[in-house]
Amino acid sequence: MPFRIPTTAGQQFSLPWIKYSKIDNPSTGWGVALRMFFEIAFFRSLFRNTKADILNGRLYVGSNKWLWIGALAFHYCFLIILVRHLRFFVGETPWCISLIDSIDSFWQIGLPMLYMTDIIIAAALLYLLGRRIFNPQVKYISLPSDYFPLFLILGIVATGILMRYFAKVDITSIKELTLGLVYLNPIVPKGLGSLFYIHLFLVSVLFAYFPFSKLMHMGGVFLSPTRNLANNNRMKRHVNPWDYPVKHRHYEEYENEFREKMKKAGIPVEKE
Amino acid sequence: MYDGWKIILGLIVFVIIVTLPFTMSIGKPYVQPKPSIDTPEIQKMEKKQCIEPKQYMREMHIKILYSWKDYATREGKRVYVASDGKQYDVSLQNTCMKCHSNKEKFCDECHNYVNVKPYCWDCHIEPKVGGVK
Ligand code: HEM
Repeated sequence: MPFRIPTTAGQQFSLPWIKYSKIDNPSTGWGVALRMFFEIAFFRSLFRNTKADILNGRLYVGSNKWLWIGALAFHYCFLIILVRHLRFFVGETPWCISLIDSIDSFWQIGLPMLYMTDIIIAAALLYLLGRRIFNPQVKYISLPSDYFPLFLILGIVATGILMRYFAKVDITSIKELTLGLVYLNPIVPKGLGSLFYIHLFLVSVLFAYFPFSKLMHMGGVFLSPTRNLANNNRMKRHVNPWDYPVKHRHYEEYENEFREKMKKAGIPVEKE
Repeated sequence: MYDGWKIILGLIVFVIIVTLPFTMSIGKPYVQPKPSIDTPEIQKMEKKQCIEPKQYMREMHIKILYSWKDYATREGKRVYVASDGKQYDVSLQNTCMKCHSNKEKFCDECHNYVNVKPYCWDCHIEPKVGGVK
């Protein structure tokens, strides 16, 4: 880029005595690192989400944090659940996974113990889906590719919850299947119900669908030029790295070549 | 200014994380759980069956135990009628652990395998190693 195109959400660095926002409008690499960290870990730009409404004939714009809360809750629960599943994929579960497990179930409700992430992810997903169904503006811009991942993940979560708390499955046999895959020595244990295979199928669909869908925002967030570039346009010269020498011709050369013809045609020339 | 190396670095980190289940298992032998039912009580039985059929027990023992807790401590109900009509005393210590007196070779075998840590033994007395009371 000959210059950078960061979103500015705060005072830019200019004169040393003018206070500037180091994270929202960073001028250094460290500032960018912080901005990216807050974006990825806390969805900082979604935190600024606003909502416009007409009340009594007047337009009001107010902050709206529900989407931010719902999205954050969903993503963190998904991460924790995914990490917890590691107990099916490694022979001896590392202590840090067990720790996450015991924190997640520390209420000790029921047996098998209730994971709070299961409740939160289900609630968050229903909210995110409900938003697309009941909010007219969001509904209008929602596409099948918005609903599909929601339904898919809801299906995965529903079958997972059914397996753990209600229908019950033979976990030991399931781990024999998964470890068989990890040790590149696949086996199909007997006695596994269809519920597990539905869960596994939906997960496989999700992973296959992932790279071709909007879910690639997982990788894309790292590559957003408006976020991952320091706003130092006025301090540094940015040269387009793929600029190649363009063939050009000055007007003088042009006129030298065509002067006679131009005169004949009555076109004014600079040099006689 | 090309930033390609950052992308390649990110991809490498991603691949390392995603292949963790495989790489973490390298060099570790695969131990299959083999819960043992070789205890004096079970050897004495003619038909070696738990209170319900084996597959049902594999899936549901946790639910049965949880309902037994409520039966015994809340409802004062001390008799469990199995699906084949036989009656059992609702008691972890006196019914389950009477036969399965080898906790570390039976219960722990699978529980450690799938990393579940039942909190039964917070209250109940854990059987001594060797199974002799
Ligand atoms: C995107 C990936 C996945 C998601 C979001 C997911 C989600 C869930 C959820 C929400 C549960 C409920 C209990 C819990 O929270 O642990 C669950 C349970 C379960 N999942 Fe998954 N799952 C995924 C992948 C897998 C895979 C790849 C397997 C195995 C091949 C698997 C096997 C199981 C089993 C066996 C249970 C029952 C656990 C129990 O009874 O304790 N899941 N899953």
